[in-house]
Amino acid sequence: MKALVIGCGRVGSAVAKGLASEDWEVTVVDEMEDSLQRLGPGWRGGFVLGHGMDTSVLHQARAEDADAAVVATDGDNTNVVIGQVLQKRYGIGTVVVRVLDPARAQFYAERGLQTVCPTQTAISVLLDTVRATSAEPAGAA
Amino acid sequence: MYVVVAGGGKVGANVTRSLLEMGHEVTMIEQRPDRFARLEEEFGPVVMRGDATEISVLERAGIARPPELVLAVTGDDEDNLVISQLAKEGYGVDKAIARVNDPRNQAHFDLLGIRQTICATTSILGLVEHEVPEHGLVRLLELQEERLDIVEVQIEKNSPVAGSRVGGIRLPEESRLISVFRHGRSELVEPGTVLRPGDQVLAVVGSDAALDLRAVLHGKR
Repeated sequence: MKALVIGCGRVGSAVAKGLASEDWEVTVVDEMEDSLQRLGPGWRGGFVLGHGMDTSVLHQARAEDADAAVVATDGDNTNVVIGQVLQKRYGIGTVVVRVLDPARAQFYAERGLQTVCPTQTAISVLLDTVRATSAEPAGAA
Repeated sequence: MYVVVAGGGKVGANVTRSLLEMGHEVTMIEQRPDRFARLEEEFGPVVMRGDATEISVLERAGIARPPELVLAVTGDDEDNLVISQLAKEGYGVDKAIARVNDPRNQAHFDLLGIRQTICATTSILGLVEHEVPEHGLVRLLELQEERLDIVEVQIEKNSPVAGSRVGGIRLPEESRLISVFRHGRSELVEPGTVLRPGDQVLAVVGSDAALDLRAVLHGKR
């Protein structure tokens, strides 16, 4: 199976390495050459230098052959636009997009884009943790 | 009418000023503090500070009324696309016009259903084509939805079709010659019309076939 990872920051590089270790054929796209270092010296997958909005870069990364794509650049709007392009132009079945703003994540999730919102996850975990504390009987801690 | 202008750069500020002079109600959204401070001196409460791609900011600007028109004119194409999508799909705004900063992103706007776009680079290139006839083919009108272009081609002295009857020319599929302009007069093209050097030929052509048409009429790509 082939996977495309757009954005090679902390999240993107870790996802790329994880998939590659499970026999996925992974191609990473990032506009910073330095980001290649995040993939480690043993990286045998593909790496295309360029911006994920650029269709010639997506073409070079063979987006049309990908079974799944993860979009995790540092810009929410860049991610939702690239995600939609990968879905609609390249017909990639599984496209997951990182969106930090919970409201925008929900808006695009309601419109058929699979979004992951780390901010919302943090909010939920923090709330649950604090609530669990208050639910415990006094003196139990 | 009520207009929300996203982006207070040169384009946003000048459009806002003109719309206000025309008597329209406008809210302009600008994110950068330095720019916002300058705009506030001129525009007062018309300008609002915030990120126009954030739903809460758009709601404070009255996106739910909804405005008759939203202009997404920031310097960032992804932002303009998202603002247009939020306005149209989220709040039923009827008309959203988006600025395309990098013409290579035009295809993304088309793909994602943002039909009304304006790109300064493309407009200027269109004018350059019109002013520099040796460029070969002038795109006079682009019918985006129909995927057709109305183009003008000048027949040069060395054109392979100079002296040919139109009926005998193998034109690309998806193309028709409409009229020939010569000696200050225009005539509709018939199969028997003979093309002469200096003729300006008006044609309708599928968006993808324009270069093929130029190759046939001009002899070069």
